[in-house]
Amino acid sequence: MPALAITAYTATTALGRGRAAQEAALRGRRSGLRPNDFGRDPLPTWIGRVDGLEDAPLPKALAEWDCRNNRLAWMALQADGLLDAVAAARTRHGAERVAVVIGTSTASIGATEDGYARLETGADGVARFPPDLTRPIVHTPHSPGDFVRVATGLRGPCVTVATACSSSAKVFAQAARLLNAGVVDAALVGGVDTLCGSVLFGFNALGLVSSAPCRPFDRDRDGLSLGEAGGFALLERATAGHGGLQLRGYGESSDAHHMSSPHPDGLGASLAMRDALARAGIAAREVGYLNLHGTSTPANDTIEARAVAALFPDSLHASSTKGWTGHTLGAAGIVESVFALLALEHGLLPGILHSTLHDEACGAQIRFDNAEDTTIRYAMNNSFGFGGNNSALVFGRA
Amino acid sequence: MSTLVARIEGIGFWLDGLPSWADAVTHAATGTLGAEGGKPVARLLAPNERRRAPPSVAVALDVAQAACDAAGRAPADLPSVFTSTHGDLGITDYMCATLVSDPRALSPTRFHNSVHNAAAGYWTIGAGCLHPATALTAYRASFAQGLLEALSQLACGDPAVLLVAYDTSDVGPLGQVSRSEGLLGAALVLSTDNGDAPGTRLRATLTDGTAPASRGALAQRGAGNAMAPMLPLFDALATGGDLVVLDAGGGRVLRVELAHG
Repeated sequence: MPALAITAYTATTALGRGRAAQEAALRGRRSGLRPNDFGRDPLPTWIGRVDGLEDAPLPKALAEWDCRNNRLAWMALQADGLLDAVAAARTRHGAERVAVVIGTSTASIGATEDGYARLETGADGVARFPPDLTRPIVHTPHSPGDFVRVATGLRGPCVTVATACSSSAKVFAQAARLLNAGVVDAALVGGVDTLCGSVLFGFNALGLVSSAPCRPFDRDRDGLSLGEAGGFALLERATAGHGGLQLRGYGESSDAHHMSSPHPDGLGASLAMRDALARAGIAAREVGYLNLHGTSTPANDTIEARAVAALFPDSLHASSTKGWTGHTLGAAGIVESVFALLALEHGLLPGILHSTLHDEACGAQIRFDNAEDTTIRYAMNNSFGFGGNNSALVFGRA
Repeated sequence: MSTLVARIEGIGFWLDGLPSWADAVTHAATGTLGAEGGKPVARLLAPNERRRAPPSVAVALDVAQAACDAAGRAPADLPSVFTSTHGDLGITDYMCATLVSDPRALSPTRFHNSVHNAAAGYWTIGAGCLHPATALTAYRASFAQGLLEALSQLACGDPAVLLVAYDTSDVGPLGQVSRSEGLLGAALVLSTDNGDAPGTRLRATLTDGTAPASRGALAQRGAGNAMAPMLPLFDALATGGDLVVLDAGGGRVLRVELAHG
């Protein structure tokens, strides 16, 4: 596929707001995880919580969209000059020629949960949401996409992709298609997911939550830590002589296996990675850094490591950064794409946090320590979701 | 924008009282109804899973398979785009109510079925399909944006793609803000136009505007469902109409021209 220029990018996670905060924490191996303090009845686990959302209501003009998830989207949009870059693209191409493609898993279901917790019974005996939550747009899964459209004034196609934890990786693929089909000249992609009862108690019901900070690829790993995050990137056609970061390829596939367990041979993961490399037109050995899905569940990590070992040489530096941010679900794709872009821009190859014991079932590509390599030209990001929904992205430096 | 094109190879349809595309076409022409009281069936799933399939999965898989059958395409051979305004409102109601009453009792199966891509996931699992599947939403523009993504996939080189749209009935307090009546699903197998093959051609252009109210028989009958904004297209397909204007969100519309061949 033709390379696409990434003309702006940002992430806000438990590590802080914007790229500098992400880079400093990755470099200093400082985790954003803390003991769970979310909700009325917290499970004994660790979470990656973003500070300050409770005290950051949306501006009055956007009050209809106000909820935890859209507050995080708004906070993330304001870092790293992203809104200015979007405004410049809007002027350059016209608002109708810039798409909004946002990934999420839970959207603003936290607001719906809140509505059920605060139901009011009227004189007719019917239980209703309190008036402050009787706002249809925050109870539908398109809430984040619609919010970003209104907040940015963009008028191109506007979609929310909701394929669980692959969502905000797939937005890059969908935006690339809209650009390559000539529908638009630029696309604002991204993803937002916030902590809520549904995911904390849902993953707990599946037995996938650890009581300790997650330890991806550690021999004794016993589950994930959940997190919340938001991030964005602006994609445009690469012009001749463009010297910056690029989206070079994407790959997508289905496992055709199970709703919440990965294919035992990593079939879908392999297909997505091979497809991404093929679309980028590069060999596996040219990839300098791979950000793994690496949820820290016993099954996911073994299967992913095996698929990686079958495709890449031992020299690859591959890691999961979920020990820093927690698993940010529908935002994991954009957050970990930002980490891959930071690797390309600064030569910072993160390792894995909290993990100390290598699992013999996982190959030499899995690196616990950070490394520096300013010569890498390509970085990759894997994101896999429920439903056996897989996506892999290849980024490059022109 | 550039105009995107496709050939419609197969159509699947399910609405209460109109459990197939043939029933929908007859209803659009004569006003008669098919069998009342039936339920959509996810034939692709193993019997055990079929019985437990939530309404969203049942209706999506029913129409998806009907469209593939009509097109003579194997479900395993197609990438797919699933679009739904609200996903499964019954599951969302269950999740939110259980979180209030007893959060530690949340059902793991209901949790993984609560993801917006549950129908897409079950489809690829049932079909043994390794091709990409996506699941998206855009409120009242969900169908138009799903169609746009399907057409973009064709424009970027996929020879054929399955588009599935559905919404379920609202349940509980959530229904006061996310309204939707009954079950509605429709699916299209779309392919790149190779000139001579039979079938209806579709040309879509995104432009400014407002979608007009529709008086079509299907649009009237399914008006209460959240996926109703797609019905003008199916009315036109049923009656030989040649232009449809679909809500694409934010003051934009997808203008769809049809040429019946």
